[in-house]
Amino acid sequence: MAAPRTSLRLVAAIWSTRGIHGRGGAATPEGSQKKGKTLLQFLSDRFYDVEFLREYFLQRQMLKVHQKNRSFTHMVEQYGPYIVGACFILDQGGMVKFQNNDWIGPKERGRFALEFSKFQEVSVEAVDASGCAINYEGLDNLLLLRNLQSLSLRHCPHVDDWCLSRLYPLASSLQELSLAGCPHISERGLACLHHLPNLRKLDISDLPAVSNPGLTQILMEEMLPNCEILGASWAQGLNVEPEEQPQDKASPVHV
Amino acid sequence: MLRRVLRLASGRALVARALSTRRGGSTPDRDGKVSEIKKKIQSILPGEPWNPLYDTSHLPPERSDVVIVGGGVLGLSVAYWLKKLENRRGAIQVLVVERDHTYSQASTALSIGGIRQQFSLPENIQLSLFSANFLRNINEYLAVVDAPPLDLQFNPLGYLLLASEKGAATMESNVKVQRQEGAKVCLMSPEQLQNKFPWINTKGVALASYGMENEGWFDPWCLLQGLRRKVQSMGVLFCQGEVTRFISSSSHMKTTSGKEVTLKRIYEVHVKMDHSMEYQPVECALVINAAGAWSGQVAELAGIGKGPPGTLQGTRLPVEPRKRYVYLWHCPQGPGLEAPLVTDMSGAYFRREGLGNNYLGGLSPIEEEEPDPGNLEVDYDFFQDKVWPPLAQRVPAFETLKVRSAWAGYYDYNTFDQNGVVGPHPLVVNMYFAAGFSGHGLQQAPGVGRAVAEMVLEGHFQTIDLSPFLFSRFYLGEKIQEHVII
Repeated sequence: MAAPRTSLRLVAAIWSTRGIHGRGGAATPEGSQKKGKTLLQFLSDRFYDVEFLREYFLQRQMLKVHQKNRSFTHMVEQYGPYIVGACFILDQGGMVKFQNNDWIGPKERGRFALEFSKFQEVSVEAVDASGCAINYEGLDNLLLLRNLQSLSLRHCPHVDDWCLSRLYPLASSLQELSLAGCPHISERGLACLHHLPNLRKLDISDLPAVSNPGLTQILMEEMLPNCEILGASWAQGLNVEPEEQPQDKASPVHV
Repeated sequence: MLRRVLRLASGRALVARALSTRRGGSTPDRDGKVSEIKKKIQSILPGEPWNPLYDTSHLPPERSDVVIVGGGVLGLSVAYWLKKLENRRGAIQVLVVERDHTYSQASTALSIGGIRQQFSLPENIQLSLFSANFLRNINEYLAVVDAPPLDLQFNPLGYLLLASEKGAATMESNVKVQRQEGAKVCLMSPEQLQNKFPWINTKGVALASYGMENEGWFDPWCLLQGLRRKVQSMGVLFCQGEVTRFISSSSHMKTTSGKEVTLKRIYEVHVKMDHSMEYQPVECALVINAAGAWSGQVAELAGIGKGPPGTLQGTRLPVEPRKRYVYLWHCPQGPGLEAPLVTDMSGAYFRREGLGNNYLGGLSPIEEEEPDPGNLEVDYDFFQDKVWPPLAQRVPAFETLKVRSAWAGYYDYNTFDQNGVVGPHPLVVNMYFAAGFSGHGLQQAPGVGRAVAEMVLEGHFQTIDLSPFLFSRFYLGEKIQEHVII
């Protein structure tokens, strides 16, 4: 009786993990580890072939991200840095704003492709790469945009602390930076933003890897005195009892 | 009524006792036997190692292609690259022998985990750049199916090296080499330094070099465990024990000039098990000496350095343990979030640890004041007398601080030229070295592991040419001095 029941459970498990190819090896959320053993896990524990296949698929996923972030820098001589940088961002599915122009999104790529020669001398002033698969290598292309004033990297799954340490070439121009929702950014990478003294606005809300959001924000404000930092409230990360949590802003906080 | 109940209960207990005594005269003894029989039955079942005479599952295998002495980060890195670069899955059998699986005295676990490109030798810079690339993509290199991703805790804040009037010229030429190799290092004048880091006192500073990319510090334990996990999944065997003896054969030859040469070849390694006298001879084709601070002793076991002085036989591996202290202090007014790892010209260094205004730091003592490396006890007076004064002078906020704790660890110090030894020994032909990195072994381990694996598999260095680090330099007296040792 017991045997068929376990097999039933395993069958159910395989259906629930259909999305196994969907999650990247590097970006595996830790929560998914807590689920029970799936059939694939069970099989790969016992058969080398299954384990090997799964490893192969994992490697292929990572390769895909690398290919998406390959360097466009060989095109710089022909088209100029702004076109190449904009092409890269549009290719990734982000949006670009040239100086004195409207936002160009992936939908208007056709129009951009037709008249891109017009933009060759115009610098890019804003980039919105929300949700793009940019990683450390892809930044090569982004850093070509020397007059970039506003950069949004919201919810980018592959942006990490190493990437933040690489933004310093944009120090002279960058004024706005949004890092909200990036799963791999921690306070260690945020500390590197002291290379960007011209920042006026920084969004660091919703960063799950930051261990102490409130304290981090205070320290960031100390480090970048001219910058408005959005994000965590000071009480975030403190263990405030639910009944003690300030319900209305006017009442004093009991600590 | 009550009495009757009591009597009944005691009666039942008596019956139960009688039953139990009848069932088994000596219960624990029998249980032991039963479990032993169960074990035997289990071991006979297909798929299990069956040895009818005695159980040897705790011993290392009787033969292994490669035996790596030392399971620290260097040894594991060599194992990783050997398995990674083998041309067929499972082609090489690798055994890693580690004395202490808790790594209580291992340099890897006690290091502060810095990585920098600010060296004076091009090879060291290349190694470090390679390692930075490895660490950046650590979750791709060390990805294991179904294992959670590694969190390396890398702090990309860079190293800040200070130079006085005297050292400025050397620093400038070093930075030139570093830039040639592709490291992103910038030079700063005292004024720029003051602007950037207002908490530094620039008195006596003539020049500062600051690493912009790929420099900082990380969690060495995470790298070690990640490598261990990956290497295990690749089929490398581990064994907790100590190498006590090498058994080698020797062949005598004559050079063209008529000189007699004795070439040795290790064919068996005796691995003594932990906490017992039991040992297992392991037949092997290659031995890799990655024993860190104790690699000099391991080399001596293989007969290296036992010969008339001045000859190649008599050339020792000049690696010995040196004790280095690391202190952790609290300073509420200390440098903020942006503080890099600062190294003063006196050699004292510090870095931030966490967000709570805690700092880590230390200093390498001068040659005459080397502490006894016999134990890992900390000398707190050393902080008071030697480390604190230069730091407090450099960062005035450190004048008021409180030492929270301290620990000591070993450098695998190469007394000859403070650089690593990589590659085979010229006379003991199948012993390869990966040791003697004098404090920068952790950060270069991925690169060194690859270089050794290439040497073993291909016979020459491919990715990074480390031929200046070969053993023969000790005999020839060719020092390749590294100037930037922290």
